[in-house]
Amino acid sequence: MDNLFNRKYIVQGLFIVVSLILLGTLFYIQVFSDKYFLSAESNVLRKLYTFPARGVILDRHEKILVQNEPVYDLMVIPNDVKEFDTLELCKIIDIDTVKFRKNFKKALNQSRYQPSIFEKQLSVSIYQSLSEKLYRFPGFFVQSRTIRQYPDSIASHFLGYIKEVSPTDIERSEGYYRPGDYIGKSGVEKSYETALRGERGVVNMLYDAHNVPKGSYAEGKFDTSAVSGEQLISSLDIRIQKLGEELLKNKVGSIVAIEPATGEVLAFVSSPGYDPNLMVGRQQGNNYMDLLKSPNRALNIRPIQGYYSPGSSFKPLDALIGLQEGVIDENTTFNCPGYFKVGNHTTKCEHVDGDIALRKGLARSCNTYACYVFQKLLTQKKFNRNQKVAYDYWQKKVKLWGLGDTLGIDLPGERRGRLYDAAYYSKKYSKYWGYSTVISLAIGQGEMDATPLQMANIMAAIANKGYYIKPHLVKSIGKNHVIKKEFVKKNYVGVDARHFGPVIDGMQDAVNAPWGTAVASRIDGIIMCGKTGTVQNPRGKNHSVFIGFAPRDNPKIAIAVIVENAGFGGTYAAPIASYITEKYLKDSIAPNRRDRVEWMKRQIILPAPPKPKVKPKAAILDSAGKADSLKKSINSAEPKKTTDLPNIKNPTLIKNEHSAKQ
Amino acid sequence: MSTQQSNRFFFNVDWITILIYIALCTVGYVNIYASVPSHSSADSSMFNFGSNYGKQLIYVIAGLVLGFSILLLDAKFFSVFSPIVYGVTVLLLIIVLIVGRNVGGNQAWISLGGGFRLQPSEFAKFGTALLLARYISSFSPKFRDLKSIAFAALIMGIPLILIMLQPDAGSALVFLAFMFPMYREGLSGYFLLIFLGMIVLFVADFLVPLQILIPIILAIGGIFVYQNKRKQKVMFSAIIVTIVAIAYLFVVRIAYEKVLKPHQRTRIELILGLKIDPKGVGYNVIQSKIAIGSGQLTGRGFLQGTQTKYGYVPAQSTDFIFSTIGEEWGFVGCFVVIGLYLFLLLRLINLAERQRSTFSRVYGYCVASILFFHVFINIGMAIGIVPVIGIPLPFISYGGSSLWSFTILLFIFLKLDSNRMGFI
Repeated sequence: MDNLFNRKYIVQGLFIVVSLILLGTLFYIQVFSDKYFLSAESNVLRKLYTFPARGVILDRHEKILVQNEPVYDLMVIPNDVKEFDTLELCKIIDIDTVKFRKNFKKALNQSRYQPSIFEKQLSVSIYQSLSEKLYRFPGFFVQSRTIRQYPDSIASHFLGYIKEVSPTDIERSEGYYRPGDYIGKSGVEKSYETALRGERGVVNMLYDAHNVPKGSYAEGKFDTSAVSGEQLISSLDIRIQKLGEELLKNKVGSIVAIEPATGEVLAFVSSPGYDPNLMVGRQQGNNYMDLLKSPNRALNIRPIQGYYSPGSSFKPLDALIGLQEGVIDENTTFNCPGYFKVGNHTTKCEHVDGDIALRKGLARSCNTYACYVFQKLLTQKKFNRNQKVAYDYWQKKVKLWGLGDTLGIDLPGERRGRLYDAAYYSKKYSKYWGYSTVISLAIGQGEMDATPLQMANIMAAIANKGYYIKPHLVKSIGKNHVIKKEFVKKNYVGVDARHFGPVIDGMQDAVNAPWGTAVASRIDGIIMCGKTGTVQNPRGKNHSVFIGFAPRDNPKIAIAVIVENAGFGGTYAAPIASYITEKYLKDSIAPNRRDRVEWMKRQIILPAPPKPKVKPKAAILDSAGKADSLKKSINSAEPKKTTDLPNIKNPTLIKNEHSAKQ
Repeated sequence: MSTQQSNRFFFNVDWITILIYIALCTVGYVNIYASVPSHSSADSSMFNFGSNYGKQLIYVIAGLVLGFSILLLDAKFFSVFSPIVYGVTVLLLIIVLIVGRNVGGNQAWISLGGGFRLQPSEFAKFGTALLLARYISSFSPKFRDLKSIAFAALIMGIPLILIMLQPDAGSALVFLAFMFPMYREGLSGYFLLIFLGMIVLFVADFLVPLQILIPIILAIGGIFVYQNKRKQKVMFSAIIVTIVAIAYLFVVRIAYEKVLKPHQRTRIELILGLKIDPKGVGYNVIQSKIAIGSGQLTGRGFLQGTQTKYGYVPAQSTDFIFSTIGEEWGFVGCFVVIGLYLFLLLRLINLAERQRSTFSRVYGYCVASILFFHVFINIGMAIGIVPVIGIPLPFISYGGSSLWSFTILLFIFLKLDSNRMGFI
């Protein structure tokens, strides 16, 4: 039987080898790889989401700025769709058959068995007519969710808007967001996204091979119900916000008002603005593109993104730093012959006042006075006449006021402004430079830019006599009134409280004394302190600037107003500031001034459109959201300015002009 | 037959094999129970005879009765009646082609009424095994002459072709298992090598283009011819083999295009990785692999497999029962089951080798080989390394016909083994 018996081993060996092959393969797919485990999970588990209502945003008196409105998404499960009258459905939800096919294909691509959005955000009226007939469209159902609604159509730049998440948002959120979710894209909506969005509810359902639900997963252990977003009480005052937007209607500019004691932003106007309701609903995409293309860039958030030379409104800082450093006292006088001359540099002054001291220098916005102080600061003995070191010292002092860097407001997109150190100038002027080279900084011109927010913040610091609290937009989050610690911390500006008296006197005179630059804007019964500015604009007419605070004692509001291309600060910016201050402090404007408020609202001051390359097709929206009046003005090439000046008492405009640079 | 005699028979029965048999049937019952889509409280009793698992319990008990009845028969019976048994099964295979019920594309079932039905191809296996054993034992051929090879091939071929006609390629393929007992009895190893070579070339034909494959064959043949240039006879056959191999490649291509049905082609392409089709034919395999893979090391637990519970694997209680084992019992469970089978197969070979009679030995090899083919192909397709061929997993898959036919197959051998001291 020789070798035939040995064949037993060959047969048995084959059995063993094949068994090992099977076990090896099993080991690979069961133990080595978890791919199949994950596939099994995705086979049976379906997460059904319920959407929370987004948090409501209120103003400081808990009046509604933005709330929610129900809309209805038409959903579809392609696999469940049976034959139906497509045309009828199209008619009800107001789309054509091409769109229908496109939508259906998109849903089919997403998933055959999972519900996907077929048509977004149907209005209540469409939903009502649809829901009666929904039974005729098997596979379709309606899911309700909420969208934003703005009852007063104001504060668009402040509030921001929400939008469907982009693929990058999803990626960045590490899987939190899913296609179709909404996310805050700018403003408070963005910076407080995590508080506002709430928590999505989820139900984990098990499905069998025939897509029949088989009950909840793990007895609902991992299910959660939706939690509404937190309510946000913002710092905004709806009354002055509204007034501010109306006053800046058809003008380009900003208004920022801050409560000095708390750093809360009371008004945040950026003009031109837009109706926030445009950023909601099915037309959002189109509206957004229109706004993007609009002249004067309605989407710009000017209060934190606009760069302006502070101009004369910088002069209180000269005086305060001078006093702190001891290079002047309140009685130090300088002679103003109508200009300040050093070497080849001449800085003009609009008036010849002879010997002038601090209080009057500020009230009359004397350039010469400011230049002398600046000269003294940069030639202090303690720096051994090293003006570069002195400059850096000065720059550091100025920075303490929040210039040259972001203030850290709780809004996305804040810009730093401009303020350079000595190294910058040494590079630029190859070491041969001194105070005379940068003398324009003394009067807030030259290589210095500030945002309206930074200017208002300086006023808040002066009102507080030496410190400011980071400006912020939100008073409290949720019912527990949580507020970030950084928003109660005092930031000192490096000037002792005792030095503020004379400066505030000067600013009081600017608005209240007969020789003040903004005396036309005096408010009966309120002592407002302020400073006008007329800011050189290399691209056109000067900007009108006013910064101030009120009342003088125990100030309640610090404000910065900028009206672009409106010329002298006393004509436009100062009155606007006074109306807002009056409205805020007295809740109404004195009857004898109401005409002027209305007049101001009617003014149209817009820059000439820069060579109309493309005729703007889109309706541009002014702050109040009415497009028509503005449309006309855009089409006219010339900047319009109505000339029917009302009975402003003192139209003798004292203009500060200067030519700092040669 | 006296009581004493029957005691002696039972004493000689290999109880270890019977224990493995019972263990595998239990594994089958438990997993068929788990494969029932949902267990609501009303019918969750383990003994609901209206359900698959209830029926399987009846089949198992009936199978045991059947098995022990076989042990009571006279051992000579099987040798003597083997031509008749073979004849009956062939007759049934012919009948099923005429009056059979078509289930799943194959005309393989004869209805017996009362919801029970019979699958003759299952019973053809032991019929063929018996006759093959009888033929080989009758004159002890060494399979050197063409005549005896041809006759053995005829015994194997008749049921194979009849089953092919149903058409049930999977069950037909199992008949190739009879090559192992023939090999043991002296069939040249070249036959197995040629067989293996045909499979390798078949697979290679799909994966490698002809312009590469043919030069490779020519090169191998060339080297072989060169090395044996002194031995004319070997050189001559080497040249023949090379030519036949190349011709075979073309035959496979033509047969593939003209003979195979589209769904069979797709299955082959899926296995060879030439096609990915998660929703179509590949669905079974993908879902089965997901089920098995999701079991991981220790399984998801009895009745906890989601793939199993929610019906993601088609034909789960029959052909894809192994996916339930893999999902709910994990690699450990698979290891145990494959271990049981391997132990059974090795033991059957050892038992076969201790037989005095050629008939018993050949029959033992037949049993082991058939079981091996079933286990390998069934588990192989469940984990995606063998094309989807619908054949049951012995003793575990749901179904009376297959359980009983395997029981008869095994217990006849146990009877023969218990009688190994006697003469047939």
